Amino acid sequence: MSNILAFAESRGGELRRAGLEAVAAARVIADAKGGQVHAILFGAAGMAKHAAALGAHGADAVLVVEHAGFTHNNPEAVAATIAAKVLAGYAGFVCAASATGKDIAQRVAAKLQVPLVSDATAFTVSGTGISATHPGYTGKVLQTVTLTAAPAVVSVRPGAFLPKENAKAGAVETLAPTGDPSASRVKITETAAGNAAKLDLGEAPVIISGGRGLKEAANFKLVEDLAAAFGNAAVGATRAVTDDGWRPHSDQIGQTGRLVSPDLYVACGISGAIQHLAGMRTSKTIVAINKDKDAPIFKLADYGIVGDVLTILPVLTEAVKKAKA
Amino acid sequence: MKIAVCLKRVPDMDVRFKIAPSGKAVDETGLKFDISDFDGYAVEAALQIKEKLNAGEVVVISLGGDVVQETLRKAMSMGADRAVQLKHDAVPVDSFAVASALAAELKDGGYDLIMFGRMSIDTAHGAVGAIAAELLGLPCVTAISKLEFDGRTAKMRRELEGAYELVECALPAVVTIDEGIARPRYPSLKGIMAAKKKPLETKPAQLPAERLSLDAMALPPERSAGRIIGEGPDAVPELIRLLKEEAKVL
Ligand SMILES: Cc1cc2nc3c(=O)[nH]c(=O)nc-3n(C[C@H](O)[C@H](O)[C@H](O)COP(=O)(O)OP(=O)(O)OC[C@H]3O[C@@H](n4cnc5c(N)ncnc54)[C@H](O)[C@@H]3O)c2cc1C
Ligand SMILES: Nc1ncnc2c1ncn2[C@@H]1O[C@H](COP(=O)(O)O)[C@@H](O)[C@H]1O
Repeated sequence: MSNILAFAESRGGELRRAGLEAVAAARVIADAKGGQVHAILFGAAGMAKHAAALGAHGADAVLVVEHAGFTHNNPEAVAATIAAKVLAGYAGFVCAASATGKDIAQRVAAKLQVPLVSDATAFTVSGTGISATHPGYTGKVLQTVTLTAAPAVVSVRPGAFLPKENAKAGAVETLAPTGDPSASRVKITETAAGNAAKLDLGEAPVIISGGRGLKEAANFKLVEDLAAAFGNAAVGATRAVTDDGWRPHSDQIGQTGRLVSPDLYVACGISGAIQHLAGMRTSKTIVAINKDKDAPIFKLADYGIVGDVLTILPVLTEAVKKAKA
Repeated sequence: MKIAVCLKRVPDMDVRFKIAPSGKAVDETGLKFDISDFDGYAVEAALQIKEKLNAGEVVVISLGGDVVQETLRKAMSMGADRAVQLKHDAVPVDSFAVASALAAELKDGGYDLIMFGRMSIDTAHGAVGAIAAELLGLPCVTAISKLEFDGRTAKMRRELEGAYELVECALPAVVTIDEGIARPRYPSLKGIMAAKKKPLETKPAQLPAERLSLDAMALPPERSAGRIIGEGPDAVPELIRLLKEEAKVL
C-alpha cells in the first residue's frame, strides 16, 4: 500500500491548477514510497476529458466520478467517496490547501479518524511516517511535524509544489460515488464569481495588491490595469479596503485573509501592518509604492518607490506593457 | 438557540517570536495570550445570534491548562453565559485528539449550533471542527463568512479564491468561522464584573493517543533589508530594469 490519491480540484467543470499541484505533491510521496499517484476528479458528466492533463502532469491513473450531484461542489459526498477509496488501499490523500481543498482535506481526515497536516511546504518520507514543514504563527514560525497516523492526509500550500510535465499513463477509471450525492445534508445552492479577475490569488505568479492609499474604490482600476499589463497577475487587497467594501473579502491578504507567496508582489498604497505582512512576507520579490518613506512596508520591500501611487501606477503600467511587448 | 463555541488560547501574533531552548516551542517569556482570532469572531457571532433572538445560551469550551480559565473568562466578559475547561496541561497538536476530547464534552450538550474557528492561529491546521462534527454525526460547513437563519435552516456564505459559495444546512450543525462574519466586541467593565460570577466548570480532558507530533520549530530565513530605489514616476525605468535583470520576473 504505497499509492497516493490526489484531489484533482475543479470548479464549474474546469480543472484547477490546485489539482495539478496536488498531483505534483502526491508524486513526491509516492516516488519516495515506490508507489503510484491516482488523481480523483469529481463533476457533472464530461469531466473525463481532463484526465489527459492529469496524466501529463504525473497521474498514473485518473478516477472519474461523474454525477449531476457534483455540478456544484458537494463536500459531504466528495469526502465520503474519497475516504471509502482511500480505505480500500491507499497510503495517503493529498490536496492543495485552497479554500475547497482545505474543506475536503479536513472532512476526509474526519471520516478516516486521523489528524491532518495542513499547508505543507515540504515533505520527508520515512519508514515510520511523513514529516512535513508548514508555516504557523501567521507565517512567523516554521513547524516540522511528523504524522504517524495511517492513511496520511495532507494539504499542500498553493505554490509550494509546482505542476510539472511528467507524462504518466493517466489511465481513466470511472468510479461511482459513495452514497447518494443528492442526499447530502450540506447543500451548495450557488457558486458565484466574486470579481471579474481571471486569475485567482492562490494561482497567480504575480499579485498586485492595493491598500487605503488608493483613496477610493474606483482607483482600483489602476491596480487592475497593472495586473492586466502583466497578464499573469491577480489583484489583492488589505483589510482596510475589504472592510470598506472596495473589494470583496475573498481578495484580502493577511493574517485573517489569504496566505500567498507569488514570485512578485506589488504593494500599492499599503502601509505594511503586521497582519498584512503575515499573508505575503514569503513572496519571492516584493515591490512597494507608498508616499510615506517611513511606511513599514519599505522594510520588507526588495524595491521601494516613494511617491503618489495614483501618478506612479499609470506610468508603471505603460512600462510593463512595453517590457512585455 | 443553544450555542457552543470552542476556543483556543494562543499568543498575540504582533511580536518577534523566539524559539525555546527545546527547539519545539516558542519562548513564552513576555508573550501576551488571547482568544485565537477566528474563535473570537465565533464568540461574537454566537452572541449576536443570542441577542437577536433574545433567547438561548452561549457556552464556551477550551481544552488546556489552568491558564485557559483567563481566556474563558474573557469570553464570558464579552457575554458568554458559562464556560467549560477540559483540563490538560499541554494542548496536543494532533487535531483528532483535540476533536475527540471536545466531542466527548459536546455530545450530550443538546446544542443547536456548535462553532469553531476555521483554524487556530498558532498551529494552523484547521481540522478540529470538521473532525468533531464527524464524531458527533452532525453536518459541518467550514470557513463561513456569513450566517443567517430561515427557521431551522442555516444559510451561509463561504469565500473561495475569486468566488464564493452559498450553502444551506439544517440545524443542529457544526460551523467553522472565517473572518467577515463579525468583529469581536471589547468586554465592558460591567461585563468583566459579571464574568467573575459566571460558572466555569473544570473537567479532565479525555484524550486518545497522539499520532501527530511537533518535532521542531524554526524562524523563517530573514529577508534582506528593504531598499528604496527612487521617488515618483521617474523611478519606474529603474524598477523595470531590476525586475528584468535582477529579480527576473519580467
Ligand atoms: C485581528 C486583526 C486581523 C487583521 N487581519 C488583517 C489581514 O488579514 N489583512 C490586512 O491587510 N489587514 C489586517 N488587519 C488590519 C491591519 O492592522 C491594517 O489596519 C491594514 O492592513 C491597513 O491597511 P492599509 O495598508 O490599506 O491602510 P493604512 O494602514 O491606512 O495605510 C495606507 C497607506 O497608504 C499610504 N498612502 C496614502 N496615500 C497615498 C498615495 N496617494 N500614494 C501612495 N501611498 C499612499 C499611506 O502612507 C499608508 O502607508 C487586521 C487587524 C487585526 C486587529
Ligand atoms: N485546545 C482547544 N480548545 C478548544 N477549542 C480548540 C482547541 N484547539 C482548537 N480548537 C478549536 O478548533 C478550531 C480549529 O483548530 P485547528 O484545527 O487546531 O486549527 C479552533 O479555531 C478552535 O475553535
